[in-house]
Amino acid sequence: MRVKCPYCGDRDVHEFVYRGDAAPVRPAADAGEAAFADYVYLRDNPAGPIAEHWYHAQGCRNWLVVERDTRSHAIAAVRLAREAAR
Amino acid sequence: MRYSIFSLARQALSGHRGWRPAWRDAAPRDAYDVVIVGGGGHGLATAHYLARNHGITNVAVIEKGWIGGGNAGRNTTIIRSNYGLPGNIPFYEWSMKLWEGLEQDLNYNAMVSQRGVLNLYHSDAQRDAYVRRGNAMRLHGVDAELLDREGVRRIAPFLNFDNARFPIQGGLLQPRGGTARHDAVVWGYARAASARGVDIVQNAEVTGFLRGPGGRIAGVETSRGTIRANKVAVAVAGNSSRVAAMAGFRLPIESHVLQAFVSEALKPLIPGVITFGAGHFYVSQSDKGGLVFGGDIDGYNSYAQRGNLPVVEDVCEGGMAIMPMIGRARLLRSWGGIMDMSMDGSPIIDHAPVPGLYLNAGWCYGGFKATPASGWCFAHLIARDEPHPVATDFRLDRFAAGRMVDEKGQGAQPNLH
Repeated sequence: MRVKCPYCGDRDVHEFVYRGDAAPVRPAADAGEAAFADYVYLRDNPAGPIAEHWYHAQGCRNWLVVERDTRSHAIAAVRLAREAAR
Repeated sequence: MRYSIFSLARQALSGHRGWRPAWRDAAPRDAYDVVIVGGGGHGLATAHYLARNHGITNVAVIEKGWIGGGNAGRNTTIIRSNYGLPGNIPFYEWSMKLWEGLEQDLNYNAMVSQRGVLNLYHSDAQRDAYVRRGNAMRLHGVDAELLDREGVRRIAPFLNFDNARFPIQGGLLQPRGGTARHDAVVWGYARAASARGVDIVQNAEVTGFLRGPGGRIAGVETSRGTIRANKVAVAVAGNSSRVAAMAGFRLPIESHVLQAFVSEALKPLIPGVITFGAGHFYVSQSDKGGLVFGGDIDGYNSYAQRGNLPVVEDVCEGGMAIMPMIGRARLLRSWGGIMDMSMDGSPIIDHAPVPGLYLNAGWCYGGFKATPASGWCFAHLIARDEPHPVATDFRLDRFAAGRMVDEKGQGAQPNLH
């Protein structure tokens, strides 16, 4: 598997650290225990397309949002996380 | 037909023409008391113990492919109970005790071989951690022996004791640990369950759930038709989240790929199971002679049943670090299986959040050794609607309640367990 880093170009997956599903959003501080338990522990875990956070640890050290298919490992798109967040 | 030396002799004299299929490949009926989704080791063991311990025989095990074609056929066959937490030790030790009597119970040769599991340590701190784990095991009645360098040398003189970075200081040995033949475990449970009247239905993939009054699960829709059931039990580790999504809930689980490897067949070399303590590498030798080994999961969500090269390199480097002679062996095959990686590294055997549905999931990469106790405890839960005493900590609500069973202490990051 190779990840096309927007900053460094096409690089081996070895250079990246995986964080996980990019979908969960930290709830507001007063959202309550149930909302936080959901955020910390529960995952959609889809078999198919997923948007994920990867960190280019041995490269530009940018956080990335990678759109990948978990059934084939095919990567459809890679964006810088700070641009994806806008 | 009961297998014995006499049945073997009789068949030998008649040219082996009288052997019959070991279990019945059934067509699904309209309704059962219990439908078990997943014809792997855990699902079939559950069916066997439902029939044997609780007298519930109106049961179907439905499997999307062929039995034992998923993770039951993709593991590295290790059995052990060398855990350190009170929620885990009694459960895995009960599993070990069931392994020890399994072949007599099933009347099937599962090739259970208790040649020992040896965890190497490479530093003072790691020795202290192993002493603590060994003491915890012994307090629970599990066998554990701390070996010094010379003790390890007596068992495995071929190890690289003076690796510059990770010299071997000693090891923690569980003499009763070892390996079992994974396919035979599946076939043995299938045969025993089938003999008691359980229907084993292959090529039947679950596509949805039937709902009764109040949203209660009333059966399953499958690729071979609708099957009604009073109780539906799910044992589909690797795909638990997908099945849970059909029932309308989410799980504290991510699916990850774990690779395993086997070398060409060699003469007897490795006495038991040996694990490298400074990296992640474990190896045993199959009865056929192949070195069976593996290491870390790849570390990203996957349903692909195949992994990438960085882990292949990492595993082989781990092997070379403790056992340089392994470099002379040629790799025969490698493969990947999909693990239910839970948020604390421990399994779930509990009621699902939907009435009428039972959940057996989250086995991470330790499901094979748990097969007998998982089936035993899941059958207990299904039959009596209360958890078995050795599985009370494997609740689904432990995450929200903060009662994690986190053997590695990594927190809610599944790819680190």
